[in-house]
Amino acid sequence: MIRFEQVTKKFPDGTEALKDVSVVFPTHKLTVVIGPSGCGKTTLMRMVNKLETPTAGDIFIDEESITGLEEVKLRRSIGYVIQRIGLFPHMTIEDNVSLVPRLLEWDKEKTAARVEELLKLVGLEPEVYKERYPLELSGGQQQRVGVVRALAGNPNIILMDEPFSALDPISREQLQDDLRNLQQEIQKTIVFVTHDMDEALKIADMVVVMRDGKIEQTGSPQELINEPANDFVRSFIGLDRINRQRTFGERKLKEFLSVFGMEPIGDALQVSLETTIDEAFSKLESSGYANLQIVDDGRVLAYASDRDLVKAALRKEEVENV
Amino acid sequence: MRNFFDTLVSRQDMIQDAFLEHIYLSFVAVAIGIAIALPTGIIIARYRRYAEPVIGVTAIFQTIPSLALFGFLVPILGIGSPTALIALIIYALLPILRNTYTGITGVDGSTIEAGRGMGMTRTQILRQIELPLALPFIMAGIRTATVLTVGIATLATFVGAGGLGDIIYRGLQSYNNSLVLAGALPVALLAIGFDLILKWIEKRATPKGLKN
Repeated sequence: MIRFEQVTKKFPDGTEALKDVSVVFPTHKLTVVIGPSGCGKTTLMRMVNKLETPTAGDIFIDEESITGLEEVKLRRSIGYVIQRIGLFPHMTIEDNVSLVPRLLEWDKEKTAARVEELLKLVGLEPEVYKERYPLELSGGQQQRVGVVRALAGNPNIILMDEPFSALDPISREQLQDDLRNLQQEIQKTIVFVTHDMDEALKIADMVVVMRDGKIEQTGSPQELINEPANDFVRSFIGLDRINRQRTFGERKLKEFLSVFGMEPIGDALQVSLETTIDEAFSKLESSGYANLQIVDDGRVLAYASDRDLVKAALRKEEVENV
Repeated sequence: MRNFFDTLVSRQDMIQDAFLEHIYLSFVAVAIGIAIALPTGIIIARYRRYAEPVIGVTAIFQTIPSLALFGFLVPILGIGSPTALIALIIYALLPILRNTYTGITGVDGSTIEAGRGMGMTRTQILRQIELPLALPFIMAGIRTATVLTVGIATLATFVGAGGLGDIIYRGLQSYNNSLVLAGALPVALLAIGFDLILKWIEKRATPKGLKN
């Protein structure tokens, strides 16, 4: 578990990259940190292996503060995959993958066996690829090597800084799937930084949404979609995605106010704005009423008959006033 | 032409001595030049704010006309090969220094960042990443310095340090064009020869993964 406790980071030029951030990255989970560029997500990640140090606050790994830990030692115990691959072009694939084991002074046989094992893990035949140089591989293959290189020293924690952003869409999707499957197998604590919401929703166990050096929301992809904490999160996730991911019945009456009328219609059952379509239907059924009176804070906002609900269902694609 | 060959044969010993002296002067000057400029280049690549002034000073040396530099040094250091060597070293510094600096600072930042993030120390990054990737540039600098030095070493004769310049100077004084040629041609051959050898080494020094 990685825990940030009231961490603030001010850069010498005065910009405040992180403002009093507290967050927990749970063990064995893949946590995605997402936000627009300049929101501090990369700075947050780089603090875990002390590539940046906090101006205030502290960071704990398994409840041990990292402030006192030696940088080099700490970094060797944490896997690191960077943007734009970052393989060493003058080293063979084998030398690249075995870098951390060599820094840790493993014996030769153990290192060689580890390299073979890892290359096989991502579907690169060791005999074919071991002696090759990074530039002789495709972008997708290179980043696969980048990922297993981070696993080489058998770290518990892996940091990934927009690792797939430079890849073409097909390789990217493929690597996302591979990472998901790999994670099932290796069960590491992964911190994954991205600005791509589709990627986040696809691979994350937990998502941390950031803006302007602050955390806007943390939760599972499903929680984010069902309960966006505020307008920023909602718009950042994007209405399209929210609607795509939710069935009609899970949506709330307040999303359909434009379909419903303001004129009172017959006897109506009072329901709140937050009632979902499914709930509304079952309430109508059990109460015997044919109409709903939608209220918020005691104020009547709209009336809806059961036919209006059906109309809403038919027009759901057009409704955008969330 | 016959005259030239006659001169070559009759002055063979003298030419041979001068040739060896010339190689000695150039070689020692470049070797010491490397010993000074390479570490300096590495240091200024790490502490970049010193880079401008240090490279600037060596660039100013470079602008002093070579004949004048030899002249300046004589009153201070007297006559003889040390004076010639110091002048030659001064000229060899800039190409090596500048190429070392550019080579190291030109290494992709994300490559170094990867090394740092994986827990390499600064020395490990320098030795295993920066120097191998900068090596082709450094070798190119050494090559430029060598060719330059071989040419300028002809002026060593004016401070009594010998070399092929002796032969050329004698030829000029006695209006003997064959003798001038007998001194100049080996200088040119030497320069071309060094250039080819160092070019070959430069190619071999290019990390395999970077050749495409």
